[in-house]
Amino acid sequence: MLQNFAHILVFLIFGAAFVGINITISRLLQARNPHPVKLSTYECGELPEGESWIQFNIRFYVIALIFLIFEVEIAFLFPWAVVFKSLGTFAFVEMMVFVFILIIGLAYVWGKGDLEWEKPANVPDTSVSPLTESKELTQLMAS
Amino acid sequence: MNFYDIVFYLFAALTIASAGVLVFSRNVVYSAVGLLFALSGVAGLYVLLAADFVAIVQILIYVGGILVLLLFGVMLSQKGMRVDIGTGAKQLGPAMIVVAGVLVVLFRMIMKTPWALQSVSEFEPTTNKIGVLMMTDYLIPFEIASVLLLGALVGAAFIARKD
Repeated sequence: MLQNFAHILVFLIFGAAFVGINITISRLLQARNPHPVKLSTYECGELPEGESWIQFNIRFYVIALIFLIFEVEIAFLFPWAVVFKSLGTFAFVEMMVFVFILIIGLAYVWGKGDLEWEKPANVPDTSVSPLTESKELTQLMAS
Repeated sequence: MNFYDIVFYLFAALTIASAGVLVFSRNVVYSAVGLLFALSGVAGLYVLLAADFVAIVQILIYVGGILVLLLFGVMLSQKGMRVDIGTGAKQLGPAMIVVAGVLVVLFRMIMKTPWALQSVSEFEPTTNKIGVLMMTDYLIPFEIASVLLLGALVGAAFIARKD
């Protein structure tokens, strides 16, 4: 068993070494001409405004919570899947009870609309109606 | 000091160093990254204790689930990166006394516990045994776990709802 995990350890060591060695080599080879413009965010020619930090939609959090619950369920399914053939029908019924109880939870959050993606309210911009805008546009194009 | 010991100290050092970053960092996101490595290091320690199933579950649920949840929690906050964490040194004297007391208790506990030391040759997969025990001796706790998860799901959905 420890042998199999040793393979994972080898992967970890190689992954870390690959990143470390490559960064070191590029550090040794690169030319250094620091300039403040190089540190600015590229925004297709626009000057970037404000910070990159935005407040995330709370929906992400709810979905992550629900995901976590069902991930724990999956963790319970693994040892069951290993032995359920030798234990027979009884183990199958047990797991079905387990899954059913959690499906009640899924039905609850689904029915209550927690799985719905909350879209930002689409407020039409009433200051410029599309009609006047197109008129202005045609005027602009005519001139 | 053989290969096993070297790997153990490697993972122990990784865990403790990342836990240090987690506690002492003033940036929440850096703390979250520290938590990522601390939890992964603990998973490595589980493997060295021959608990393969627990190690994988640790990565699956703690690193893959709870950490993501924590990061979303950080990203939900309006202040984000600039949130001021109160990790300053306050009440230094009383804190020292309490910490020293805890240290003494833990040290005595470590010294007095008869640790069940296991030789390296006894490593074998545990998932099968866990499955059999879960379906026979620990059937009621197993089914209660599903009710607990249901409660957590309904409660979390209720709290996270806006109205």
